[in-house]
Amino acid sequence: MSSKARLMQGNEACVEGAIAAGMRFYAGYPITPSTEIAELSAEMLPKVGGKFIQMEDEIASMGAVIGASLTGLKAMTATSGPGFSLKQENIGFASLTEVPCVIVNVQRGGPSTGLPTLPAQGDVMQARWGTHGDHPIIVLSPSYVKEVYELTIRAFNLSEKYRVPCILLMDEVVAHMREKVELPDPSTIKIINRKKPDPSIVNYEPYRDYDGDGIPPMASFGEGIPFHVTGLIHDVTGFPSTNAKVTEALITRLMKKIYDNLDDIVDYECISVEDAETVIISFGSTARSVLRAVHLMRQEGHKIGMIRLKTIWPFAYKAIQNLSSAVKNLIVAEMNFGQLVETVRASAGGRFEVSGLNKFNGELITPDEVIAKVKEVMGRA
Amino acid sequence: MGERMEIRLSGSGGQGLILAGIILAEAAILDGKNAVQSQSYGPEARGGASRAEVIISESSIDYPKVTKPDILLALTEEALMKYKDNLKPDGVIIIDSSIKKPELPVKIISLPIIETAQNRTGKVIVANIVALGALTTATKIVSKESTEKAVMDRVPKGTEELNKKALYSGFELGESL
Repeated sequence: MSSKARLMQGNEACVEGAIAAGMRFYAGYPITPSTEIAELSAEMLPKVGGKFIQMEDEIASMGAVIGASLTGLKAMTATSGPGFSLKQENIGFASLTEVPCVIVNVQRGGPSTGLPTLPAQGDVMQARWGTHGDHPIIVLSPSYVKEVYELTIRAFNLSEKYRVPCILLMDEVVAHMREKVELPDPSTIKIINRKKPDPSIVNYEPYRDYDGDGIPPMASFGEGIPFHVTGLIHDVTGFPSTNAKVTEALITRLMKKIYDNLDDIVDYECISVEDAETVIISFGSTARSVLRAVHLMRQEGHKIGMIRLKTIWPFAYKAIQNLSSAVKNLIVAEMNFGQLVETVRASAGGRFEVSGLNKFNGELITPDEVIAKVKEVMGRA
Repeated sequence: MGERMEIRLSGSGGQGLILAGIILAEAAILDGKNAVQSQSYGPEARGGASRAEVIISESSIDYPKVTKPDILLALTEEALMKYKDNLKPDGVIIIDSSIKKPELPVKIISLPIIETAQNRTGKVIVANIVALGALTTATKIVSKESTEKAVMDRVPKGTEELNKKALYSGFELGESL
């Protein structure tokens, strides 16, 4: 046995990953099934010189995270569906003001307070469009405890690189299960820090695209470069504007900085799709049920494969478009009434039959249910 | 053992079965295997029938939940009734001897787990560790050495001797079969 292999809970791996990525500030309001993230952050952050604050509610904790990030710290909060709803207003603020931050949503059954202790994947669309207005967002979803660690680091990296809120969308199963994990040597982990203004810049303008990559360099509050931050549409100086050209330029830049870099951001795993006639698209813990079903059905000679999304938003349009014409059916397996399936259907553009395998009763989709669905779809063809 | 082995530990909330599950998974990792541990949360976890699940495999583990247990441990009648079905045909159920032995188409091993905890250590609270010891030697799902190390790594400081005594009593129960 490797000396580093140990049994680790998903929520624990999230905190380990966050600290490794450089998180030095956490503000939150504990909620099942994410509570261990707050608990462990409270324990670990002081040991690395960081700060933990339990705020009065989720709105305030999101505000505190944005404030901390503006001072240059890497900041995170964690919640579940009900708290995620409350955070949306400030997630919109972080999107428009381009403040890097990581929001963990450990999904549980909803709507409302729903099923506090049971798994669901019902926040797929809320993660994309929970806050109002046109805005970019990056949403990552891990299936394994080790991947919770990796994707938490990636969430910080992408958030810092593109100055965008990044959401780690987990579900109760992957958050609460304990699994064998071997953490990598910290020196091998790639860490990305936000771009700071070049010292040669005089009269720094906080929202000027100095480098032409759509990502303005970001000064830290408290380091002697004052600048204005507002949730109103603003020009390059950071002050409000209602000018149509300014507005159009800002929104366009916000979207393009993400959508021009899809190859860097969008990540997914294709398993046995080369000759597949049926391909199942899934994510989070559901993908593990699908993986088992794929293994079992392959042993019986069925031409079945899967695409496991690690990035949910922006959606992996290319993964669907690149599927060969041998594919007849797409199935989207998700623990909700049918959310991502509509996006997959749009991506398929009529090339494939698309159907959903949905479960929304607080229980994980089982491999047997996946197999039954595949056989039903194949029988129809 | 390339195949995945599914183990369900059940009893009433507060009997320490989640801790037993964590220790069992850690023992499997010490043996160089893969392991996944999960549990029921919420009201179910307090009183009533509570369960912890462990999957052990030499290869990677895809589906993380137990569907057809190879091994079921039941410390209460309520837990046994709730979880007795769905075992694999060659599965085995280990029950506490306080439970009436049911008629089931699988192998059933009845052991005085709770009584042993009381008589050998004076503390019924370590019944989970006695059970873990008995399960280790009765099924050989993990090695005795790894179980002992995993127990010692997990139990609260100051309770090592008590837990060691409980574990060894459990080993003996399983070996007596």
